[in-house]
Amino acid sequence: MAWDWEKLQQQKKSQGGGGPPKVDEMFEKVKAMRGRFPGGAWLIIAAIIIVLLGTSCFYTVGVDEVGVVQRFGKFSRTTPPGLNFKLPSGIEKITKVKVRYVFKEEFGFRTISAGVRTRYASGSAYLNESLMLTGDLNVAVVPWIVQYRVNDPYKFLFKVRDVRSTLRDLAEASMRLVVGDRSINEVISKREEIADAAKALLQKELDQAETGIKLVTIEMKRTNVPEPVQPSFNEVNQAIQEKEKMIYQAKEEYNRVIPAARGNAEKTIKGAQGYALDRVNRAKGDAARFLALYTEYSKAKDVTRRRLYLEAIQEILPRLGTKYIVDSEQKNLLPLLNLGQAQGGKK
Amino acid sequence: MKMKILIIPLIIILIGLYSAAYVVDETEQVVITQFGEAIGSAKTEPGLYFKIPIIQNANYFPKNLLEWDGDPGQIPTLDKTFIWVDTFARWKIVDPLTFFQTVSNVLGAQARLDDILDAAVRNFVTSYPLIESVRRSNRKLDTSRILVGQDLKNSPLGTVTMGRKKITEGILNQAQPKVAKYGIKLVDLKIKRLNYVEQVRKSVYARMIAERKQMAEKFRSEGKGEIRKIEGDRDKDLKQITSRAYRTAQEVKGKADAEATHIYAEAYNKDPEFYSFIKTLDTYRKTLDKNSTLVLSTNSDFFKYLKGYELGSGN
Repeated sequence: MAWDWEKLQQQKKSQGGGGPPKVDEMFEKVKAMRGRFPGGAWLIIAAIIIVLLGTSCFYTVGVDEVGVVQRFGKFSRTTPPGLNFKLPSGIEKITKVKVRYVFKEEFGFRTISAGVRTRYASGSAYLNESLMLTGDLNVAVVPWIVQYRVNDPYKFLFKVRDVRSTLRDLAEASMRLVVGDRSINEVISKREEIADAAKALLQKELDQAETGIKLVTIEMKRTNVPEPVQPSFNEVNQAIQEKEKMIYQAKEEYNRVIPAARGNAEKTIKGAQGYALDRVNRAKGDAARFLALYTEYSKAKDVTRRRLYLEAIQEILPRLGTKYIVDSEQKNLLPLLNLGQAQGGKK
Repeated sequence: MKMKILIIPLIIILIGLYSAAYVVDETEQVVITQFGEAIGSAKTEPGLYFKIPIIQNANYFPKNLLEWDGDPGQIPTLDKTFIWVDTFARWKIVDPLTFFQTVSNVLGAQARLDDILDAAVRNFVTSYPLIESVRRSNRKLDTSRILVGQDLKNSPLGTVTMGRKKITEGILNQAQPKVAKYGIKLVDLKIKRLNYVEQVRKSVYARMIAERKQMAEKFRSEGKGEIRKIEGDRDKDLKQITSRAYRTAQEVKGKADAEATHIYAEAYNKDPEFYSFIKTLDTYRKTLDKNSTLVLSTNSDFFKYLKGYELGSGN
């Protein structure tokens, strides 16, 4: 946020003088005393000088700040929040640094207005910040934010001339170093890992540069591919969906056929088992019947044979259509038979 | 009246003292010059110092870390890809006296740095393939680019021997001795941005699109393959299920047939002749009907009585 930065800069520049003293009041008092003391005019001047010096001796440090005091330019001490005393301006100088406030830098976009629904500007103006080469020599768009606090006010104030631009440059360099060692697939899918790696790298660089900054977090915004390439990336996702859909459809077809086939198979087997039972039972029945008959037959073989034979003939003969009875001594009857003629001519 | 006479020289003394004193800030260092000539060593420690008023002059130089931002420019790499390189560096004035004498101020120094660093950056980036400036290690990438079937050695993704870190170190080492004579120390130099130039970018985009297209196509054909596989599975399973069922059924039936045959054989073996007798009679019953014509001889058992009743007359 640029606004916070400017505020800080202003505070850095301000000499930390207190509010306007009640000069008028004092002047009145001195004026009243003038009659009683000789050389009053000089006293008044001296008093004004003392008052001016005095007011530059007190300063307040906000709860989220520390005061850094320099005596003749040399760092002397840091002071805690509250009312503090220092030697008059010209001798000691106070700079207040916000040490609790979390500052934010944005890369690849800018927040236009923060709110419930924050609006961002991500136009081509900031694209150069986020456009980077990946390890497989593709181009990725990687917007991110860096949040940081002032950790060491001494280093923050005195060691680096422009801490903010140092931070921005180092952040871009570190992020590109991390992204440069990752493929486009990884850049898109493993944002957290990249943020962690970039944070570790950037913190190291910041410490080395003695910026006095401690990173709070690095957050990756939506990493993506450049706009002209996006449709083809979507196509891949679509193809993956399509593939899954195809597989589901094929499985559906499988599931439609196979369980039914299993049922049919079961039916075939059951049918065979039924056949087996039928066959065996019939065989057993036939066998039992034969054996029973045989038992009786074996007791009177001849007569039973005759009886069975005659019973059968009795049953069969009436059903037959044409019957010829030929004397066994007549040899030449057959040629006389009109075998093709309609039956019933003879009984 | 007496006081006024006293006060005037007092004020003059105060002004003199004021112009003789100077403060060196934590972030500054000072070189004192007398008629343009440097006097004594530089004051690098912060604090209150004095000089001869009017004659001597205090020249302030920053002591803290200063930035240098390179002029981004197009540089061809060893593998003839034009890239856009934006570098920055951090530097310090370590010898303010030399610095004052050679470049006189920060602006002058920036111009010298431009000359030296831009050339060094150009030298190094041009001497290596693009991949060396992009990557910093040979970390294994999860990339789909190898799939295209390039041979790893000739592909632009070949192995990294230097890496960005070593390249920037190389630039730094090359530039360091050149800037030392200005009383400057380079603390570090980094590549801030590295990008394809506009025309190259377009062809890279085209390549990326083609790459994705082939991936999409791969997924689609994988899907189709998967379908065929499932269809094959389906057909196989179907055949297996029906054939197994058939086999089991036949086995069951065969066993039953065997058992039945065994039962019949056991029973009928008691008297095969009798079995054939009754079975024949049964068969007559079933097969002869009104359409059958029968020619019987009186010689047969049945009609033997038709010609007489004597015992044994037909045999």
